[in-house]
Amino acid sequence: MKLYCDLHIHSCLSPCGDALMTPNNIAGMAYIKQLDVIAVCDHNTARNLPAVQAAADRLGVLLLPGMELTTREEAHMLCYFRDVRTCLAFGEAIYAHLPAIPNREAYFGRQQVMNAQDEEIDVEERLLISALDLSFESCAARIHEAGGLCVPAHINRGANGALQALGFLPQNVHYDALEIALSAPMPAVALPRCPLLVSSDAHDLENMLERTFFIEARERSVEAVFEAISGRC
Amino acid sequence: MLVSEFERLSGAACLTGAYDDREIACGYTCDLLSHVMGRGQADMAWITVQTHMNVIAVAALMDFACVIIPEGLPVEAAILAKAKEEGIILFSSGQTAYALSALLAQNGVLSARKG
Repeated sequence: MKLYCDLHIHSCLSPCGDALMTPNNIAGMAYIKQLDVIAVCDHNTARNLPAVQAAADRLGVLLLPGMELTTREEAHMLCYFRDVRTCLAFGEAIYAHLPAIPNREAYFGRQQVMNAQDEEIDVEERLLISALDLSFESCAARIHEAGGLCVPAHINRGANGALQALGFLPQNVHYDALEIALSAPMPAVALPRCPLLVSSDAHDLENMLERTFFIEARERSVEAVFEAISGRC
Repeated sequence: MLVSEFERLSGAACLTGAYDDREIACGYTCDLLSHVMGRGQADMAWITVQTHMNVIAVAALMDFACVIIPEGLPVEAAILAKAKEEGIILFSSGQTAYALSALLAQNGVLSARKG
């Protein structure tokens, strides 16, 4: 079956995420847009996922738990996990590799951790966008060790796309899928044989995808999405 | 300027051991590898804080004179091994990229033409 999805959305916990990107607003917009599956992937953290999960469950939107890592080389790498608990544990382990640079709210915005009622329950003080002290390969290996999927983000866009940061996709890394940005020219290079994903990388509600991109999956479940993305059906 | 002269003047440590000396034709300082692939040229000294394996691939592809890692940033053993295998001269310096660029320029090394 076709699952319309947007597998790269930022919440208000990401420094660059709009304050209106609350768990319920994201789930509500996904519901209105009739998206079957969404993934909220904040920079180097999973702390808003419990609230997003609750909001998505209430509206019958499927959540694929994820994060967007910044590797040492400043390449962005998405990771997806089967459940929020695993993603949270991974996020906590990753946090030890995030430099202790304080966020500047006036510049980046407030990094809000929310509960299922969209109430602020904590503010993340450490700037989440910074590069982890972990190489591209090390990030990929850790994702796989934790049972996750490794998907380099917007590989063809900007300095944080792997193709610009690293010149070409490192070999000897298993990519479950690659995310392509539609806002940049398509890569002119041959890519590894793996699924290509198109997502919004939305930092504002209005930029979330419409029902425009779908994956083919056997059913609407996280496990089926995992199978579809990893190409190991 | 010869690579050996750079080594002497900068006090940088050569991480890849003995090398066949060669001329540095020009210099370039950049950390976006696609940018370097587009603008680098043969016999160039390249200063970068990136220590990824792809640095070695780019340097080998474009036949750079040497690669200089500033600020004493650590380089993994696997990357050193690859550099040796590819015949890339890899330096580590405690100085910043800015200071190293200035040192090269003060000693007559011009900027890469396309940069």
